[in-house]
Amino acid sequence: MYMIENGNTAAALGVKLCRAGVIAAYPITPQTPLTEKLSEYVELGDMKAEYIPVESEHSALAVCIAASSAGARVFTATSANGLLYMHEQIQWASGARLPIVMCVVNRAVGAPWNVWNDQQDSISQRDTGWIQIYCCDHQQIIDTVIKAYWLAEKISIPIMVCYDGYILSHTYMPFDLPDQEKVDAFLPPFQPDYALNPDEPANLNTVTLPDVRIDTKGQLAHGYMEIRYLLQEELRTTLQIAADAEKRFAEIFGRGGNPYIEPYRCDDADYVAVGLGSITYQLRVCVDTLRKEGIKVGVMGVRYYRPFPDAVIAGALKGKKGIIVFEKALSYGYEGALASDLKSALYEHLAGTGSLPAVQNLIAGIGGREIHTDDLTQNLRAATQGRISREPAWIGLKI
Amino acid sequence: MGTRNYRRKTSHSEHGPGDGGRTGSWRVERPVLDQSLCIPCKRNKEACFICWLYCPEIVISRTIPPQFNLEYCKGCGICAEECPTKAITMVDEAHFSEQKKDKE
Repeated sequence: MYMIENGNTAAALGVKLCRAGVIAAYPITPQTPLTEKLSEYVELGDMKAEYIPVESEHSALAVCIAASSAGARVFTATSANGLLYMHEQIQWASGARLPIVMCVVNRAVGAPWNVWNDQQDSISQRDTGWIQIYCCDHQQIIDTVIKAYWLAEKISIPIMVCYDGYILSHTYMPFDLPDQEKVDAFLPPFQPDYALNPDEPANLNTVTLPDVRIDTKGQLAHGYMEIRYLLQEELRTTLQIAADAEKRFAEIFGRGGNPYIEPYRCDDADYVAVGLGSITYQLRVCVDTLRKEGIKVGVMGVRYYRPFPDAVIAGALKGKKGIIVFEKALSYGYEGALASDLKSALYEHLAGTGSLPAVQNLIAGIGGREIHTDDLTQNLRAATQGRISREPAWIGLKI
Repeated sequence: MGTRNYRRKTSHSEHGPGDGGRTGSWRVERPVLDQSLCIPCKRNKEACFICWLYCPEIVISRTIPPQFNLEYCKGCGICAEECPTKAITMVDEAHFSEQKKDKE
């Protein structure tokens, strides 16, 4: 059924279709309407779930960790400083291998206080062992939530479904609401490997020593290093499983494609713009404009930021003259984190082949500064004509 | 979905002594009981057991005399602090290792 709704509602509908059993969240702009919608579904009896109001985001994720350990399919959502307040629990959730799905509605982090969109919040959580998927429109939001539950439960790793605050969360767009029967066919009920049970007591995530040790049954148990190694190994193999999820999803729902990247007019392009989230759809307009001028340019959206699809990205960018990375976040003191990761992937896979593209980094939309399509086009045009002197270069800066 | 065995990929164990490792090796002071001061020892009946009650590591037995499981006792000294008759003294572990050396 096609409907016109905002991005937060698309996410809430996705969570409802996935039959999440426990929801715990604390309101923060621009995420608030998402969990308000879920509380409404629960209150009306449209959704059989426990909605647990909490006093903070730290508690919200703690509730999700406990409920997930007890075998429930759980959901939470947050933005900006709320996400940062969860930080300790975020690391815990991945180390404990709990398949939690969380929507991060991207917003700038304070100080100074700012409620508008950029991606500094989720980018700053890059190294926490969670999977991060970025969405570009409402259809992707609802579909990604559904795929995220399947993937998270398959590999017992938590997932952040990230989408731009206001630009996606509060705008209205048509999208297809998947049928409940199809979602049920795609996503079976959560069957945890172990669920907290008084009849089968266990110690979860107890202290590990620097070395491996003999457990209470006399068997050799992993140490901290082994447990962390396994998380890394399985994150690296997640990309293949994500492709399986995408294929299964496409079979049932008739849409989907490349789960890792979204290339647009890249095949014959000399220059490719790269970014995360809604800005890459805006860049498609710039690409179309520049193509009319005869500039061979394309745009590639990166959907999976962690695990990073380095081989796929390097393969798609091989032989290009230049890559222009547009980012709404910064690793302060250096450059955009995506630009760094992308350079690393290109070096790893293309160094010595003679087809290593030059990379430029442009920062835009920090703290919700409006990104004018004309500005993007101008900067993209300039970047194809030569290196922009100061890097990273800031678009729309008034200083 | 297939079978998964993720509990082996986390720190997951069943209840039992030693789940956190042989914590006795952490100890710098060892509890030593003077039976002439200990209430259950003196009266030869089940009484007091404040040490057993307060031990955060559950390594003191509810027996006459109370016994310390030195495999897991971290030497925190709470038993010595709580004992109403001061029957427990915390003794530097170096003292015992010197004793051992002397025997050798």
